[in-house]
Amino acid sequence: MIEAEGLTKIYGNQVVAIEDVTFRVERGQIVGFLGPNGAGKTTTMRILTGYMPPTRGRARIAGYDTVLQSLEARRHIGYLPETVPLYPEMSVRAYLNFMAEIRGLSNRKAAVERAMALTGLEDRADVLIGKLSKGYRQRVGLAQAILHNPDVLILDEPTIGLDPRQVREVRDLIQELGKTHTILLSTHILAEVQQICDRVLIIHRGRVRADMTLGEALRSRRPDRIFLRVEGGDRQVPEILSALPGVRRVERLEPGVYEIEVANNAREDPSPAIAETVMRQGWRLLELRPVGLTLEDLFLQVTAQD
Amino acid sequence: MRNLWAIARRELGAYFVSPIAYLVGAAFLAMMGFFFYTDVIFTVLSRSEPTMRYIFGVMTTILLFVAPVLTMRLLAEEQRLGTLELLLTAPVRDWEVVLGKYLAALVFYLGLLIATGAYPLLLFWMGGNPDIGPILSGYLGMFLFGAALLSIGLFSSSLSQNQVVAAVVGIGLVILLAVASLPADGITNPTLQQILNHIDLRNHLMNFRRGLIDTSDVVYYLSVIAAFLFLTVQILNSRRWR
Repeated sequence: MIEAEGLTKIYGNQVVAIEDVTFRVERGQIVGFLGPNGAGKTTTMRILTGYMPPTRGRARIAGYDTVLQSLEARRHIGYLPETVPLYPEMSVRAYLNFMAEIRGLSNRKAAVERAMALTGLEDRADVLIGKLSKGYRQRVGLAQAILHNPDVLILDEPTIGLDPRQVREVRDLIQELGKTHTILLSTHILAEVQQICDRVLIIHRGRVRADMTLGEALRSRRPDRIFLRVEGGDRQVPEILSALPGVRRVERLEPGVYEIEVANNAREDPSPAIAETVMRQGWRLLELRPVGLTLEDLFLQVTAQD
Repeated sequence: MRNLWAIARRELGAYFVSPIAYLVGAAFLAMMGFFFYTDVIFTVLSRSEPTMRYIFGVMTTILLFVAPVLTMRLLAEEQRLGTLELLLTAPVRDWEVVLGKYLAALVFYLGLLIATGAYPLLLFWMGGNPDIGPILSGYLGMFLFGAALLSIGLFSSSLSQNQVVAAVVGIGLVILLAVASLPADGITNPTLQQILNHIDLRNHLMNFRRGLIDTSDVVYYLSVIAAFLFLTVQILNSRRWR
């Protein structure tokens, strides 16, 4: 659905925004597009949406070249830029109707109603956009992007500036849309990616540094720390568990609660060995889990290079 | 074409909810009304022929300031709001955006111009019996002159995200082109003198006021409009190679 081949963008003959960015997104995937600020995310998105051409390389949306068949490619894309593009003096309905018109939709009324229903805007249909709260404006932006039921949705930080409830609503909506659309989602919130994306794409200094499924991303690193809660054993626990291979240190946080530091040179996750030991000692295992967001670890690791 | 109408209609709608358009329109008509009143008094007192020549002259000057204010919002605001990115990533061509916006400004201006049509009607009603030919050709001239100013204003609006900057640049450009022939008298080089006289926006109004419609004047205004609309499209396009 989205194909980027060797995309390079050089601004003003010297500033290299992205270099040789290559990736594919298959139909029905939700891909988290991550990277520090200034890594080239927005540039990549602007090339994909046909806002500007790449200096080198090419991109295709639903099989259409974004430069050579730009108008056709644009018909297959819904785009929510970082600054939600709204006309404050228009009502929600008038704005969506205008967007439907310049997108050349034949059944405008139905498309507008459908987009408003999907984004929960029906009760705000006749309110001026300038009077809406930030959360509602974000929804209008989303409604605009899905108006023509595009194959591909490109969303640049869709949950930024929303309160927790709105964030959750927008995420649910994206997840729902992801069942039928291909979505490229740029965000800084790693939990969001973990929650709704099938794949992650990490870009840093204009180059793709990681491109893998979420499962791979999470499995690609063993945990640094393990959280353990047991009943029984008491003061023996640190002593016995520290002896296990791959365990560097066991800290007793409070009675029955421990944090286990995994040795840097451990070849595998010591969790199974820990569980087994707990059982053998006759203690009761209450909780055993890796600590911390491993996606965050991956992100920091990938973007720390040079 | 359909996109062009959609953009023009939206823009025209925006004119009617924007206080600035009302203010500028009202100020324009109030000033015109004042000058018309003084002109009528003068005509009556001096027992001279009633004409619209003085009014057209005043309108020419006022438009230099009004036109760029009418167009300042068109692209500057669109850039500030980020909606330009939306238009340029919708299946719409750059020239459709530019032309649609230009059309909206033109229609608004035409409305103002039609409103001033009350003055010649008043002249007739008062039994002045003015010569109708120079009035009609004068209006055609004012329309073309204003249309040229609007294209320059639209171009200025594409240069900045800031409406005030767009207006100031627009007024500057427009005045520069309206007084281009002033230094011509002091220039000895005949070619340069001719060029300066030719590019002066106001010089081409003379014939229209006298009741003459000269093709070369019409062509001049149409070329100015085409040139500035073309430049505006190029500015929008420059995102591609910047």
